[in-house]
Amino acid sequence: MARRSQPGNLVTTTIDWAARWAQTQSMWPATFGLACCAIEMMATGTAHHDLARFGMEVFRASPRQADLMIVAGRVSQKMAPVLRQVYDQMPEPKWVISMGACASTGGMFNNYALVQGVDQVVPVDMYVPGCPPGPQSLMHGILTLQRQIMSGEKVTV
Amino acid sequence: MADRRLLETWVSGTEEPDAMPTDEGAQEMGVQESGYRFREQLGAVVTDDYLYEEEVSEDERMIINMGPQHPSTHGVLRLQLELEGEMIKRCRPVIGYLHTGMEKTAETLTYMQGPTNVTRMDYLAPLHNELVYSLATEQLLEVEVPPRAAAIRVLMTELNRVSSHLVALATNGMDIGAISMMMYGFRERELILAFFEKTTGLRMNHNYIRPGGVAADLPPGWRKDVKQILKTIPKRLVQYDDLLKENPIWLARTQGVGVITAEECRAYSITGPILRATGVDWDLRKVFPYSGIGQYEFDVPVGAHGDVYDRYRVRVEEIIQSLRIIEQVADMMPSGDFRVSDRKVTPPPRARIDESMEALIHHFKIFTEGFRAPPGETYAAIESPRGELGCYLVSDGGGKPWRCHIRAPSFYNLQALPVMLAESMVADTIATIASLDPVMGDVDR
Ligand code: SF4
Repeated sequence: MARRSQPGNLVTTTIDWAARWAQTQSMWPATFGLACCAIEMMATGTAHHDLARFGMEVFRASPRQADLMIVAGRVSQKMAPVLRQVYDQMPEPKWVISMGACASTGGMFNNYALVQGVDQVVPVDMYVPGCPPGPQSLMHGILTLQRQIMSGEKVTV
Repeated sequence: MADRRLLETWVSGTEEPDAMPTDEGAQEMGVQESGYRFREQLGAVVTDDYLYEEEVSEDERMIINMGPQHPSTHGVLRLQLELEGEMIKRCRPVIGYLHTGMEKTAETLTYMQGPTNVTRMDYLAPLHNELVYSLATEQLLEVEVPPRAAAIRVLMTELNRVSSHLVALATNGMDIGAISMMMYGFRERELILAFFEKTTGLRMNHNYIRPGGVAADLPPGWRKDVKQILKTIPKRLVQYDDLLKENPIWLARTQGVGVITAEECRAYSITGPILRATGVDWDLRKVFPYSGIGQYEFDVPVGAHGDVYDRYRVRVEEIIQSLRIIEQVADMMPSGDFRVSDRKVTPPPRARIDESMEALIHHFKIFTEGFRAPPGETYAAIESPRGELGCYLVSDGGGKPWRCHIRAPSFYNLQALPVMLAESMVADTIATIASLDPVMGDVDR
């Protein structure tokens, strides 16, 4: 929001807009499937729900080629350092979606094994509620994130 | 802002993160101690001669790490592979990246809440987990479910087997490069999930089968939906066969790959399609029938070679057999109640609560403190899509299990990976893992 009220000249605002447009329209997610939610994430990517409609069907195996991390599932204490490393390997600008109750808050497992919310490890841009969130919910989360990036609400580094 | 601060402390390391460090280092695979160079590094041997002609092959040994964040490991499995060129010499699976402490959590939940927890273990076959937990609880309580409940349970679990095998085929195809199979498998799965959503309210993790019966009766018009599934899936299976059955690339990538023998399967207590692909017709539905599944007619498909291709064939055949069972259940569905009438175990129907004080009290009791199970221990086992799924419950007479242990088939099946991969090519790793169809939630729990 702050960004929009700044005075800018025609050239920089237009370039800004174009850059944001490009970022939103080809967001490539890194595959970070962990548990049940990952199955729903895969279902979102395949024929029936077809994430390709929003220009992001290209799930990248390598974090270095991705700009969105969908943390799909529960993050255990053992997995947290790995998750952090994968996040660090992703190039800027990057975003994180926390998919499902477990990734967001630990879900129903309040015990010794799980990280109670992935936001303790990486900064999260969007929380998608549900256990598991259906493909529609995930798509809604993604589209909301795209809209926020487009409007400049999510300031990218 | 808070995120930013957390992030900075994490990066700079000025404050210990909440998470305890893991003892990952202890699990590293060291070079073999016999290595001359290794002893030299340790200072056990002193030499000033830098020529090592005989040890060329030692130098070619390389230890690589695969996973836990690898798209083809079906979740968060980590493998350490010792390679000599393209050949795998040793393989070591490292698990625990999805350890959720569910068995511990089960001790804090009442028997009524238990299925909510176990359904999240093997997330491709949630209904099987619920069923085995419910069967174990019912054995403790010594209650019999009415025939309609048993039939609904069989109907739902067999549908679940179909959907699980479809995902297995889909991911197996994707890992070997048959992306179309991936799309097809998930497309047909949606058909079954739509029925599940209608019946249970959720696409996955249903919490539908509960001790004492099922949570709700089948929805109106269920016969039509089941008929639709029975009509569509066999047609699509023909498509899959056209795509894969005689596809030369598929055959080359799967036949003779990841072989395991029946003896090795017994030694590692491997069950399910992997065992049946070696030619052993061991299926708990036949050997120890549960939930009245013995009254339906079906065959146990077996393979012969115990390789990736046979496992794929066994899964396809099992889908056909499951559809046979579903058809019979749908035809023979008994009428009656869908849960036991024992008011100590099942909540009273909604209408009764308005009329009777007793019913209200029972309802309140069941949902606050649950019911008590007599002290004792029990083990129930069923045939899940991955093999023998067992549940061991110990009760100390309270409203919660004192101990709940799940015999997870994926965990046992995964043990076979080093056997299957020894002396094979590195590219076959993916095909072999995919054919095991491990669910990491089931392995680590
Ligand atoms: S939020 Fe639910 S579906 Fe997602 S990983 Fe956790 S338990 Fe599984």
